[in-house]
Amino acid sequence: MTERTILRSAGSDRSRTLRKFAVTDAVFRGLTYSAAVAVLVLLGGVIVALVHGSYPALSTFGLEFFTTQAWNPVTEHFGALAPIYGTIVTSIIALILAVPVGIGIAIFLTEICPMALRRPIGIAVELLAGIPSIIYGIWGLFVFAPFLQQYVQPALIATFSGIPGLSSLFAGPPYGIGVLTASLILAIMILPFITAITRDVFETTPPMLKESAYGLGCTTWEVVTKVVLPFTRVGVIGGIMLALGRALGETMAVTFVIGNAHRISASILAPGTTISASIANEFTEAIGELYTSSLIALGLILFVITFIVLAAARYLLLRIERRLGN
Amino acid sequence: MHALYRGRRFRNSLAMILSVVAAAIGLGWLVLILAVLVFKGVSGLNLAVFTEMTPPPGSAGGLLNAIVGSLILTGLAILMGTPIGIFAGTYMAEYGRDSKLTTVVRFINDILLSAPSIVIGLFVYETMVLAMGNFSGIAGAVALAIIVIPVVVRTTEDMLLLVPNTLREAASALGAPRWHVISHVAYKAAKTGMITGVLLAIARISGETAPLLFTALNNQFWSVDLLAPMPSLPVVIFQFALSPYEDWQQLAWTGALLITITVLALSIIARALSARKMET
Repeated sequence: MTERTILRSAGSDRSRTLRKFAVTDAVFRGLTYSAAVAVLVLLGGVIVALVHGSYPALSTFGLEFFTTQAWNPVTEHFGALAPIYGTIVTSIIALILAVPVGIGIAIFLTEICPMALRRPIGIAVELLAGIPSIIYGIWGLFVFAPFLQQYVQPALIATFSGIPGLSSLFAGPPYGIGVLTASLILAIMILPFITAITRDVFETTPPMLKESAYGLGCTTWEVVTKVVLPFTRVGVIGGIMLALGRALGETMAVTFVIGNAHRISASILAPGTTISASIANEFTEAIGELYTSSLIALGLILFVITFIVLAAARYLLLRIERRLGN
Repeated sequence: MHALYRGRRFRNSLAMILSVVAAAIGLGWLVLILAVLVFKGVSGLNLAVFTEMTPPPGSAGGLLNAIVGSLILTGLAILMGTPIGIFAGTYMAEYGRDSKLTTVVRFINDILLSAPSIVIGLFVYETMVLAMGNFSGIAGAVALAIIVIPVVVRTTEDMLLLVPNTLREAASALGAPRWHVISHVAYKAAKTGMITGVLLAIARISGETAPLLFTALNNQFWSVDLLAPMPSLPVVIFQFALSPYEDWQQLAWTGALLITITVLALSIIARALSARKMET
């Protein structure tokens, strides 16, 4: 072989390898691109499937579906008001209970806690978020609800019985299970989310801002309320909304302790239901297209509500992240 | 002046005491839940739990079919969900770092990450169970895989973004094609973080109940047939805990203990991995 042919064959080898590289590169890129698109398709698919599945119910009942609390499998008449009401009420009570405690833990972790303990305590609180929902459910049903029934609820009923307004809020026999119990368990479940996000956004406060406030003689409480909270307000609200999104969609824990009653009671001690609890309890027993479809329509409503809440939460948290980036 | 100063100090101490109390409440719940689980679950823990099938009420039995079912469903879900998640995360971090698609996918992915899992169950029911005509293990695995994807996407993207660009440039300068740079250099550098993501995904789905209720359903018997209903620990816990039979309830507690130990162990391992990564 002459020198020239060796070079030529080496050249064609090289171009062949380069071509192969180009092809595999394009294939790999295409794979990753289609996976990214698949995530979008997935969300679109969920929405389409839910709309399709709930069409029979929505077309039969129309707007009335959202305004009646009738839920009668025998006469096939369904309305979503009771589960919607239960979902919103349990989530709001849970937020009212969990937000102060969650922010309190965040203050503890960022301002008071000794450095050496911050990580372990932070991890312990986050482990609380990892415990599966069904564990909270079984614990709520067998441990927490009996405790409430025996000690807490009778006391609440007795305390508020003479006060107008509050007496109807805490009325009826102490069942143990009910709206309040579900709200309490939800509060425990969303606590770690509020804590983790609030702590993270608290830590974005520039140390110099805090130091200058301390330098003026501010107490820790004043630094938190006058410097840290105003600075991180958007992020804290985002974290709370994220927790709200979790609470709205929480299923198993609530299913165990809410009592599954399709009616709206003034008393928060009474059994109620939420959207996800209704679906979990009744879906496999639902006979007939209209019943199944009504439950899927409930799922659609839940998805739309959580989508809006979660999108708002992500938007607020994104604003904090952007500011950090700049 | 003095009264004002005292008032401020008092308010501060009060607030600080309250925040310590809040932390005590948070930690107290964790301890309380774990203590009850161990107390109630350990008494039912014996060899039969791992060797016998779920029993009819009143007779002895274990959780073997549910444990095996859970392992199959979780394993399949990870096998299906992880590649999609890793590829999508790779696109976002390596190819389309600033593209519109990445921004949209990131947003949608974050929403899927916290979307109610029961809605995922309804989706799979609509698309798979109705189409196939019956509840099946494969439908359950798909439902779980949909929950795996956003977790893996998120961690993969985050971890790949942490890989310094100089590494990629060095590999490219040696003439490595783009996909070699990604698979041999970027993946290798981000490996621990990506494994952490998969572990977190396993932890997340091993306790999931709601999406399995009307996809895999349940099965009282030994079943490894993916086209038939398949039992799983969470669904068995749900069914047994809500039953009036005491021996079923005992099995539910034992199952709950098993799941919690698994989930906590997985999250602690994941955390230890990512902590070690940060030190190096």
